[in-house]
Amino acid sequence: MLENWTKKALLEVQEYVRLVLEAIHDTFTRPFYVHDVVEQLDSVGVGSLTVVLLTGFFTGAVLALQTGMSLDQFGARPYVGRLVSASMVRELGPVLTALMITGRVGSGIAAELGSMGVTEQINALRALGTDPIRKLVVPRVLAGVVMVPVLTVIADFMGVFGGWLIARYQLGVATSLYWTSVIDGLYIQDAWMGLLKPFFLGFVIVTIGCHVGLRVTGGTQGVGRATTQAVVAGSVSVIAVDLFVTKLLFYLIY
Amino acid sequence: MAVNGNENLSDSVTLDEALRAPGAPIVVFDKVWLAFDDLVVLRNVSFTLIMGHTKIIMGASGAGKSTILKLLLGLLKPDSGVIWVGGERVDQMRERELMRVRADIGMVFQEGALFDSLTVGENVGYKLYEETDRPLDEVRKRVEEVLGFVGLADYIDRMPSELSGGQRRRVAIARAMAAKPRLLLYDEPTTGLDPMTATTVDDEIIKLRDLESVSSILVTHQLRDAFYVATHTALRDNGNLRFVPASGNKSEEAEFIMLRDGAICFEGTADQLRRAPDPYLRTFLGDDWCQ
Repeated sequence: MLENWTKKALLEVQEYVRLVLEAIHDTFTRPFYVHDVVEQLDSVGVGSLTVVLLTGFFTGAVLALQTGMSLDQFGARPYVGRLVSASMVRELGPVLTALMITGRVGSGIAAELGSMGVTEQINALRALGTDPIRKLVVPRVLAGVVMVPVLTVIADFMGVFGGWLIARYQLGVATSLYWTSVIDGLYIQDAWMGLLKPFFLGFVIVTIGCHVGLRVTGGTQGVGRATTQAVVAGSVSVIAVDLFVTKLLFYLIY
Repeated sequence: MAVNGNENLSDSVTLDEALRAPGAPIVVFDKVWLAFDDLVVLRNVSFTLIMGHTKIIMGASGAGKSTILKLLLGLLKPDSGVIWVGGERVDQMRERELMRVRADIGMVFQEGALFDSLTVGENVGYKLYEETDRPLDEVRKRVEEVLGFVGLADYIDRMPSELSGGQRRRVAIARAMAAKPRLLLYDEPTTGLDPMTATTVDDEIIKLRDLESVSSILVTHQLRDAFYVATHTALRDNGNLRFVPASGNKSEEAEFIMLRDGAICFEGTADQLRRAPDPYLRTFLGDDWCQ
């Protein structure tokens, strides 16, 4: 049983790595499906805007509320902006945005590609002379690596904005004090960290969704399973990749 | 490359010309074996499809019929044996090289496999829009032409979800033929359709074979449709299209292949199949189709 499980796990890893390498190769070689890339940029980016705006806003707000009370114990309430901005830009913005995108986009990709697989649409694509990786995977990967950083920046801003609302109207911190503190709390390395991490996270979310979707078997039940797998594997990977990339970036840029 | 096997040919012909000449083989399966884990799906399968002819592959569910089409398209690879399609060995080709071979093949999948997010017109013209540089108005004209051929010209802007089962199959046929392939593969195109709609689909298959000279492989277990396609021919008569019983050489251009547990247990014409003494074949065909 253990042997079978190990073989299955290794096969999954092998197929995932193969998909990733092929997707990278196909990104830089012809033919390009530009229309599909634009469509995916819209679907991943514009489609996820509401959920990211709300998540960013409420996270920043609750962060200000929680830290404001803790900071009160040290008489450091005016520094709430510093805490909110550093936490949002370096960690919470990228990770929470990525988790939201995993729930919305990763599951959607797995379900869409899985349904195409069980209804033979992917075989039909191949029979019509189209490479499914170029047509289906590459546009989604490009959309993921472009739009997740953009959405993260938006989430960061909304978080800091949500923090300001709480700081101003709940904690009574002056607006100028809050924004000065926000800027003081950020270093250029933090900005790099906040911008680079989402590239990796976006890539991981989308490639896992595509991998799981393309390997669906077992009809509609299989599509349901794949959707769950994409969210579970995607979420765990986001947290794990976040740790390793953070460590790497600390080593490289701090 | 020149082929000089025929002494009557005054000029040498290229391999490509030889493969496009009447009587040339377009598909060759030579001792093909395939297994999924312990399950042997195909056992020593060999057959040849001549250009412009039809092979009708029949057999019980799970006998390996659809697998033959997938092997032919390169969607699956055999464990052993050789598969030639249009002069190319598809069993050895990589995915990227296979695109060249697939350009000359049209496939009608079970249930149609139409792209849900595209309109009927976009589905039919998919290959021309996405994989060629042909001008858009030229593609649109071709799409209208093939949709007219299958009697669905008015449905060009509909979505696949708005079509009935029979209409989906006919759109799938239109999509398969849009790029004018030399070989069409049909995977159970009439399964689940009522007899009237099934006959409409059968007529499209016959029209393509007899009026457009497209070679075809039809996988089915619908005896009525299989014998109808094998024994009828399409004729244009003063602009009117008629489907009449085939006679002479025409009746021998469609051959049956019967699969049993992944192996070929019969290959021959409709007439030979009806008279075959094999008890399995007689059971499969039943009293209605045996002589």
